[in-house]
Amino acid sequence: MDNLSEHAEEILEALWIQGEDRPGKPLDLGIIKDDPACQELSKLNFIKVIDGHIILLDKGRKQAELAIRRHRLSERLMTDIFDVKKEDVDSISCKFEHLLHKGLEDKVCALLGHPRLCPHGKNIPRGECCKNKKKQLGVLISPLADLRKNEEGKIAYLHTKDPLVMQKLMSLGVLPGLEIKVMQHFPSCVFKIGHSQFAIDKELALSIYVRGI
Amino acid sequence: METISYGKVLDDFISRIEALLNFDYSISKHAVSIFLLQDDSEIINIVSQKEAQWPKIQAIISEAKLKYPYSLSYLFAVERQNYINKVVKKVKKINPKPQNRLFIMFDWLTTNPFTGIPLLLFILYWGLYKFVGVFGAGTLVNFIEDKIFINHINPWVTNLFIHIFPWKTIQGLFVGEYGIITLGIRYAIALILPIVTTFFFAFAILEDSGYLPRLALLIDRVFKKIGLSGRAVIPLVLGFGCDTMATMVTRTLPTKRERIIATLLLALAIPCSAQMGVILALLEGSPRAMFVWIATIILVFLIVGFLAKKILPGTPPSFYMEIPPIRFPLISNVFIKTYSRIKWYIKEVIPLFAYASFFIWLGKLIGIFNIFVKILEYPVKWIGLPKEASVAFLFGFFRRDYGAAGLYDLKKLGFLSANQLAISCITLTLFLPCIAQLLMNIKERGWRLGLGISLFVLLFSFSVGYLVNFIFTVFTISL
Repeated sequence: MDNLSEHAEEILEALWIQGEDRPGKPLDLGIIKDDPACQELSKLNFIKVIDGHIILLDKGRKQAELAIRRHRLSERLMTDIFDVKKEDVDSISCKFEHLLHKGLEDKVCALLGHPRLCPHGKNIPRGECCKNKKKQLGVLISPLADLRKNEEGKIAYLHTKDPLVMQKLMSLGVLPGLEIKVMQHFPSCVFKIGHSQFAIDKELALSIYVRGI
Repeated sequence: METISYGKVLDDFISRIEALLNFDYSISKHAVSIFLLQDDSEIINIVSQKEAQWPKIQAIISEAKLKYPYSLSYLFAVERQNYINKVVKKVKKINPKPQNRLFIMFDWLTTNPFTGIPLLLFILYWGLYKFVGVFGAGTLVNFIEDKIFINHINPWVTNLFIHIFPWKTIQGLFVGEYGIITLGIRYAIALILPIVTTFFFAFAILEDSGYLPRLALLIDRVFKKIGLSGRAVIPLVLGFGCDTMATMVTRTLPTKRERIIATLLLALAIPCSAQMGVILALLEGSPRAMFVWIATIILVFLIVGFLAKKILPGTPPSFYMEIPPIRFPLISNVFIKTYSRIKWYIKEVIPLFAYASFFIWLGKLIGIFNIFVKILEYPVKWIGLPKEASVAFLFGFFRRDYGAAGLYDLKKLGFLSANQLAISCITLTLFLPCIAQLLMNIKERGWRLGLGISLFVLLFSFSVGYLVNFIFTVFTISL
């Protein structure tokens, strides 16, 4: 959607997030009632306004999901590659996401190793590229589970929804910046850090993201 | 005192918080500040109650968090690691030692399923069956029981007690069919001790060589299907030695859900070495009954594990484990480990044999024992066994292997067919844990769960026995 205004896109995102946090609840129109962007969205059949409540239509939900994906990918990019300070991540990402069109977002997604969570631990909606992911050239970061046997890398970050899992990994000495080498994937993932070897299951191997060297 | 620098920015936050702390903690204020920045809930709890300036401290923590893309505990860990690397670099020199080819080979053999599973079967056959089953439960037991107890100790002790106590009842407490010495101590020393010792010896060798963590990573995917992770391999394998000890070792499992499933499977489907020794002796000479026994127990293990995983609430376990290098087992280590486990066994378990003998003696004296035997005759008959077997099952409550040993006497007398042997071995393997394990279940899992698991096992074992007998009858199978 090239002609959708940035503001309208942000409204879609806000609606989508509300639906993610409190599914099933009617969405209040609130202050954006007389916003021209709102009319723009209803004209495109993205939303429907009934009795002061907004309903996100299927067509709009798809657009919103893509916008969220762009936003959260931007956040990952800012955090993992550019080491942007946490306080600035959101504001920069908000601007940057609007540049990620025309397939650029899939390229960023591949670059980051098709991450599943944003830095705040929320799901990043999956794109086409994540479903048929192949080993692409120029991948900067990928989950340990995608590394080949005997491939080496530096741990970029750990990301799990469960803080306990994060603690487990850290207690094993799996820390960002350390060099890591994959020894085998099947039946369990075995990797080497320093002089120690560890075995983990596939779920955990998907939560360690590695920068290739 | 020297402190590590965490970089200018973090150090600055630390000293700002430090300046606001007034209460006297038993650790340095510097350390308290670092804990606060890392979200340590315990320290936050204390500081938030003790410090008047807590809101200010909180504000500094939030400010620090916003400065970085990663969580602060992450950053501290990384900085600490850097510092450690620096220190280690100064004092450590690595002489690149060529890795032992044999160990690399063994490592490779154990960690891929194509050679790992045959190797596991090889170890089970030689370590468990040949060494523990045939050598421990056969050669050693025969020697100690026949040569030492039956020929020398029993007649001598019996004579002694007959001379000391002229009353038949008191004699029966110590010597005779269910005497503390002639039955309890004889079973414990002659039958069980050699088996448990050989098992602990074999287990210590495996433990010391670094094989067990490799087995854990090999089997993790299978164990995930029954709600456990590869980590559970250690208590479960130990259960083949002593289920009571293994139940205690389930403490090493990270979640309550895993501990419950492991306890249940240990109580139900893992025969301890003592029991296995006697069961192997029972099934000797009937290979088909042996096959039915093994197949049924494995099936029960998988099905019950799978159902437990479906029924019990909670998140699926995750598997993580350090894999130590392959080492040649140190003989001294192996002996020390075996010795300390045997010591535990003698201290904790042998008295239970004496109690069991005492309760059987008392029960027989009062007559309760006979009532229980009569009650148990019904389920025993339902699963197609001669009613004489009910005595063995009641013994089984005191110790599972005790029960198996009782069946052994029945087999010697020619009372049991191959079908009945298979059924009784299956039921007895699944049957209630021995009294020591029942107590351990309650101690580790609490009254409700411990008793619940035990009751389930009691009903389940007879149901499976009934089912197997039913299948034998309907399809007129004769092993």
